[in-house]
Amino acid sequence: MNTALELMQAKFPKATCTPTIDSVTIDVQPEQLEKTLSGLKNDPELDFGLLLDVTAIDYLKYPQSKETRFYVVYTIRSWKKNMLVQVRTPVPDPESGIPTATHLWESANWGERETYDQYGIHFIGHPDLRRILNHWQFEGHPLRKDYDIYKGQVCYDSDPMEKEIKARLATKGIDELTMKDINTEIMFLNIGPSHPATHGAIRILTALDGETVIANVNEVGYLHRGFEKTAENRTYNQIIPLTDRLNYCSSLMNNVAFVKAVESWLGVEITERAKFMRVILSEFYRALDHLVCLAALFVDMGGLTNYWYLYNEKEAAYDLISRLCGARLTSSFTRVGGMYRDFYEGWEADLENQLRGIEKGVNDSLALVAKNRIVHDRSQGVCCLPGDRALAYGFTGPNLRASGVPFDLRKDNPYYNYDAFDFSVPVGTNGDIYDRIMVRFEEIFQSISIVRQAMKMIPKGPVNVADPHVCLPPKDQVYSNIEGLAGHFKLVFEGVRTPPGEWYDSFEAANGELGFHFVSDGSGQPYKCKVRPPCFYTMGGFHEMVEGEMIADTVINLSSINIIGGELDR
Amino acid sequence: MALGIEAKLGDSVLTTKLDVVVNWGRQYSLWPMVFGTACCAIEFMSAAASQLDISRWGAEVVRFSPRQADLMLVCGTISYKQAPILKRIYEQMPEPKWVVAMGACASSGGVYDNYCTVQGIDNIIPVDVYISGCPPRPEAVLDALMKIQDQIKGESVLNDRHKDFKGVLD
Repeated sequence: MNTALELMQAKFPKATCTPTIDSVTIDVQPEQLEKTLSGLKNDPELDFGLLLDVTAIDYLKYPQSKETRFYVVYTIRSWKKNMLVQVRTPVPDPESGIPTATHLWESANWGERETYDQYGIHFIGHPDLRRILNHWQFEGHPLRKDYDIYKGQVCYDSDPMEKEIKARLATKGIDELTMKDINTEIMFLNIGPSHPATHGAIRILTALDGETVIANVNEVGYLHRGFEKTAENRTYNQIIPLTDRLNYCSSLMNNVAFVKAVESWLGVEITERAKFMRVILSEFYRALDHLVCLAALFVDMGGLTNYWYLYNEKEAAYDLISRLCGARLTSSFTRVGGMYRDFYEGWEADLENQLRGIEKGVNDSLALVAKNRIVHDRSQGVCCLPGDRALAYGFTGPNLRASGVPFDLRKDNPYYNYDAFDFSVPVGTNGDIYDRIMVRFEEIFQSISIVRQAMKMIPKGPVNVADPHVCLPPKDQVYSNIEGLAGHFKLVFEGVRTPPGEWYDSFEAANGELGFHFVSDGSGQPYKCKVRPPCFYTMGGFHEMVEGEMIADTVINLSSINIIGGELDR
Repeated sequence: MALGIEAKLGDSVLTTKLDVVVNWGRQYSLWPMVFGTACCAIEFMSAAASQLDISRWGAEVVRFSPRQADLMLVCGTISYKQAPILKRIYEQMPEPKWVVAMGACASSGGVYDNYCTVQGIDNIIPVDVYISGCPPRPEAVLDALMKIQDQIKGESVLNDRHKDFKGVLD
């Protein structure tokens, strides 16, 4: 990774570049921000086409004093060259703010809105700077360190969003005057948030001409449950149960992504067995996540039989999971430094049995779907998003790959011995609903194949590292000697202490790149814990996929991009 | 030709109380309106799927239109942003109606004791049965359904329910 650092220093001699794990942090002053960001995006040698996340840090209660109270951080990836940078800039005055990056990446739109909502930082030139996660009657900015976590604010009425949809219509050349014309019949249709097609947490407002969507704006945040603020008040291991509830269809992958991020900063190398366990369980959950996504999608399309074939296997898998970790949905199976416990005796046979069940269910469903004229007509060429647009909106995971961009962290930045497994990354061509369905079907088979390979290769040995500062000591030591007891006590009460600093680490979750951006003050609790949710940015590009399409297609398009409320709104 | 019970009864008359016969009907034809927002909604899907099969209690006609439903199942976290919508959907349901708070979040806010989460939906609408768990097992949904059925058994068509309820949004 030194080459990336040298490259950055050569390109931006005025900025301070520092290496952090496998990324480079570039510190710039606000005046240099725009030039730096556009340099990163437009320089063909750098080619940072994927803006992953925008967030801010409030240093009000940080032990070391900083130049200003607020900093804004842009996390950007050059997926072809496997480089990751974080551009940090101080914000002297949050009211007057810093220049926006929306003209460079579309994903900055929602990212900066969230930063504004949570931290109250203005972005000069942002086209639509308003709240996104909290409700419109909310006052103050909850992630600021002086905002009391318990201070709830009642919302009395929903945001009408009339201004936003009219502004969107105006960009399509339909202004107030056209709408008043007797020959124009524009109908406004609101779907959700309480609507089965929106999975309970998204509001889709459309302007229709007949059945065609002319303009669309979306509102999210209905399931905003304050993950990030709550995490600031928990030790690292206490946050693991909260990560279950991010993407609750693949809870264990969130567990793995979270502890992987913490371990990367601690410099803890987990045991080989734990690595293989994490791969096996992650890939198993990837298959389960896609099962639920596809099951719900076919229900929305009217093919209820597929739901039974696919969901029944998910249901059977829950029995297997509850034998392993005691819970069906919320696994909480990882710990910093390893796993909660090893596989039980007989796991291998149970798992193989379940894998066969999934294969049968998926093949039964494919037999109904693969040559089905109705499915083809409803999904092929519908709600297309080309690869460059998907990248601009910050798509990752199966949705990006369906648009023809073969970016997968397991291949492009492998961790946990992923380079040792034989698997392929399915890629679509058109980026339509059909591609998103088929990419997911194929990923189920690929994941099953990885699970089988890993079960053959998994070595014996401990699942937790033997470091008493990271992992709880074995119970016989806790009960028999004072070091063991003190280690247990300290770890439970104070948490795993991380060195001061900040870092970003990411993981290929079922929906795409799931990243965690931490700021540590050296204690056992994170000073800041920001999730980079794949869903959030996917939803930010939803309007471009559905405008010009039929209203009924927006429903299946929403299922095809697999929006999970817990992860979308955190 | 008469089938079922009317074949046995013929022209004869059956005497019963109005409450009993109405409640008997209501008990075994609950139409749920699933207000699913989060993880609990996935467990409701399991309760509705083949293994547990909610139709054994006559409650398989899941209506997502509140106007056609009489049992509201609130599955998942309700944020302050969601609260006015929950209240409006509840008001759109015709009487008589029952509410189940599924899971820790709907019952009490659960692990999310913070600025954006409503600390229990009984701050917004009246609740008849609470289900514990985070998320509850699907069997618990069936248990709650039976509790609602028991409750219906003891009610009278002449009495109004929850007319004196006052929530934070009222």
